[in-house]
Amino acid sequence: MGAVLQVVLVAVGSPLLVGMMRQVRARLEGRAGAGIGQPWRDLRKLVRKEPIAPDGTGWVFRAAPLLLAGTVLVVAAVVPLVSTTSPLDEVADLFAVVALLALGSVALALGALDTSTAFGGMGASREMIVLALVEPTILLSVFALSVRVGTTNLGTIVTSAVADPLAVISPASLLAAAALAIVTIAETGRIPVDNPSTHLELTMIHEAMVLEYAGPDLALIEWASAMRLSVLLGLLTSLFAPWGIATGNAGLLALLLAAVVVIAKVALLGALLAAGEVFMAKLRLFRIPELLAGSFLMALLAVAASFFLA
Amino acid sequence: MTPRTITPGDLTGAATELIARGHRLALMSAHQQARGFGVVYLFTAPGLDHTELHLHLPPDDPTLPSLARVSFPAGRFEREIRDLYGITPLDHPQPRRLVRHHHWPRGWYPMRADAGPPPAFGDPEGPFPFLTVEGPGVYEIPVGPVHAGLIEPGHFRFSVVGETVLKLKARLWFVHKGIEKLFQGRAPADALPLAERVSGDTSVGHALAYCLAVEEATGTAVPEEARSARAILLELERLYNHVTDLGALCNDVAHGILHAHAGRVREQLLRINDEVTGHRLLRGGVILGGAALRALPDPARLAAIGADVAEIVELALSHTVVADRFTGTALLRFEAARDLGTLGYVARASGFDADARRDHPSADLGSFTPALRTGGDVLARFQIRADEIAASIALISWLVSRSASGRSTPPSTDRPASGVGIAEGWRGTIVHRVELAPDGTLARVKIVDPSFFNWPALPVALDGAIVPDFPLVNKSFNLSYAGNDL
Repeated sequence: MGAVLQVVLVAVGSPLLVGMMRQVRARLEGRAGAGIGQPWRDLRKLVRKEPIAPDGTGWVFRAAPLLLAGTVLVVAAVVPLVSTTSPLDEVADLFAVVALLALGSVALALGALDTSTAFGGMGASREMIVLALVEPTILLSVFALSVRVGTTNLGTIVTSAVADPLAVISPASLLAAAALAIVTIAETGRIPVDNPSTHLELTMIHEAMVLEYAGPDLALIEWASAMRLSVLLGLLTSLFAPWGIATGNAGLLALLLAAVVVIAKVALLGALLAAGEVFMAKLRLFRIPELLAGSFLMALLAVAASFFLA
Repeated sequence: MTPRTITPGDLTGAATELIARGHRLALMSAHQQARGFGVVYLFTAPGLDHTELHLHLPPDDPTLPSLARVSFPAGRFEREIRDLYGITPLDHPQPRRLVRHHHWPRGWYPMRADAGPPPAFGDPEGPFPFLTVEGPGVYEIPVGPVHAGLIEPGHFRFSVVGETVLKLKARLWFVHKGIEKLFQGRAPADALPLAERVSGDTSVGHALAYCLAVEEATGTAVPEEARSARAILLELERLYNHVTDLGALCNDVAHGILHAHAGRVREQLLRINDEVTGHRLLRGGVILGGAALRALPDPARLAAIGADVAEIVELALSHTVVADRFTGTALLRFEAARDLGTLGYVARASGFDADARRDHPSADLGSFTPALRTGGDVLARFQIRADEIAASIALISWLVSRSASGRSTPPSTDRPASGVGIAEGWRGTIVHRVELAPDGTLARVKIVDPSFFNWPALPVALDGAIVPDFPLVNKSFNLSYAGNDL
């Protein structure tokens, strides 16, 4: 029940989140903006186009968008956003979530390589650099949180945080929050790591991989990317501000209330991220590993703190 | 001006001597004569009268000795003339095609009198012989000629290891428009709109250089107030383009907020342009024999804009990430800037002090001194624009009181004549050379945009830079495709 609600919420709400973030950015830059519904209108436009694939590409190219969207939907069902209970509870641990997200990224990178264009390869290689630095940090920072609870099950971690809200402001938790926030920005291709609105092919990371996609395939990728963003932001809020989440066997009303709360929290976080981006600039590519290494260090400190300060 | 007719044998010696005396080859123009071809070498030097060397070549199998070893730009002019006229430079170190389009038929030279209408596309010459860089891990990234953004066509071939650029080859000339040929046969006044449209963002620069050339050919004396008014227009053009570039450089490092503010300032400047000339891109302000202004710009408003721009620059450079992206990126050394013959802000950001406003003044600019930076990196090219914006506003304020519309009519003449016009457009020194037929129509117009000199500097500056920095570096040069590809 909660899981179904989560998937629907993420699937429908994610493009709106992207639209809202663009709108915040536009307003802060003094532009009118295209409106919150624009990503959905773009998706509708893309879906109506004929499917087309470049010459010489095979099933890897075609399967990548499906795999990307599929993995995100599974993650959306598994991670605690609205409810901490999930029908997939026994597999809903942090390793499964990180592995699923990595699977989607790797599928897209392989799809980009399958086009055998210079941009596909370039984007894939850059994405792998980012991925290789991001995944251990996600693992470590959630690991720091799991030490306290004694399990890597995300539902249990969040439930214990709801039971003991003050634990959230422990040094371990704050360090892990900072580390996870940085990798969320990197993983979703936001400034300062990547610029989602650039037209400069040579600077792209995520966009360079999807340059050859068009029509419904592109729509699927855009949609999946938006869902990744909202799932990661949702995970961030659930881990560090879990108030309002439905625990145990909550009733329909509690679930709906939890859904409203999580929408508000994710929207707020997204707006903050968009507002922060206005004042940021994109890092030189070779500085990105430094940033991500910094976030890894914070995650490592979080693990250490959770052992020594517990 | 003193044209000297010279034989092919004496050319290298004469050119070497002129260059040793501080001249630069500003323009090389071929034209078809009754019997054979004429080639004009225009040398200019700061504060001196320009010198022309005239070479006559036979109609069959015309060749000329290459000056590529004496002057780097000469080598490029020779390749251009070879592609457009079929005049072969002998012993050229880089005998590859330059302007010639991949699909032009072999033996077709578009600038010759018998070229006829453009022929159908074929594939007669084969692909351009790009130098393949070999080694472990080296790969090529071909970009363009069609790009994701709204920019003009150019093909860039990167040879890359990891993200580091080993070699960049830029191929332009995808949209040869035949502008120089369109000038031929028109009355000078009828061709002025064409000159304004050589490059959309440089309408004053090209119109002014063209008018100066025609006025020299016809012996027209322009009233002093109109000269000042033209100088104002030239600075207004520099202002709006430099402000655009400052914003675009910020945008290329994803600092969008300053781009938005630069766009706001640019709009104010375009509206001032509209008030001054009736056209947002300043068309119609420079006319043959004078200038036609609807109003003079208000120095107080420009001063307010100057303060606004200074704040944008301050905000950009105090942002650590923006400063980090600019600093040390794509260094163009002084020696390279000088040897390649770069012009405009590209040269002045590398400490190479070349500015036609001081070196070849067409109006009294008072105590104007061009800005100069020595860094040679993207930061210096950002800062020189900021410096020039401040200098331009100060210059306009000084000029406003002594400017007015006005024109003088040219004395009638019935003999063939030629003239040279030099103007410091916002990108750098623009040179036009016109030849008038006995009936007063244009026999030959040669246009040289500073981009023709500056394009080769881009790959030199990019040596050792990383691929994702290329768009930023390219924007810091901001060279013209349209003005280059005539």
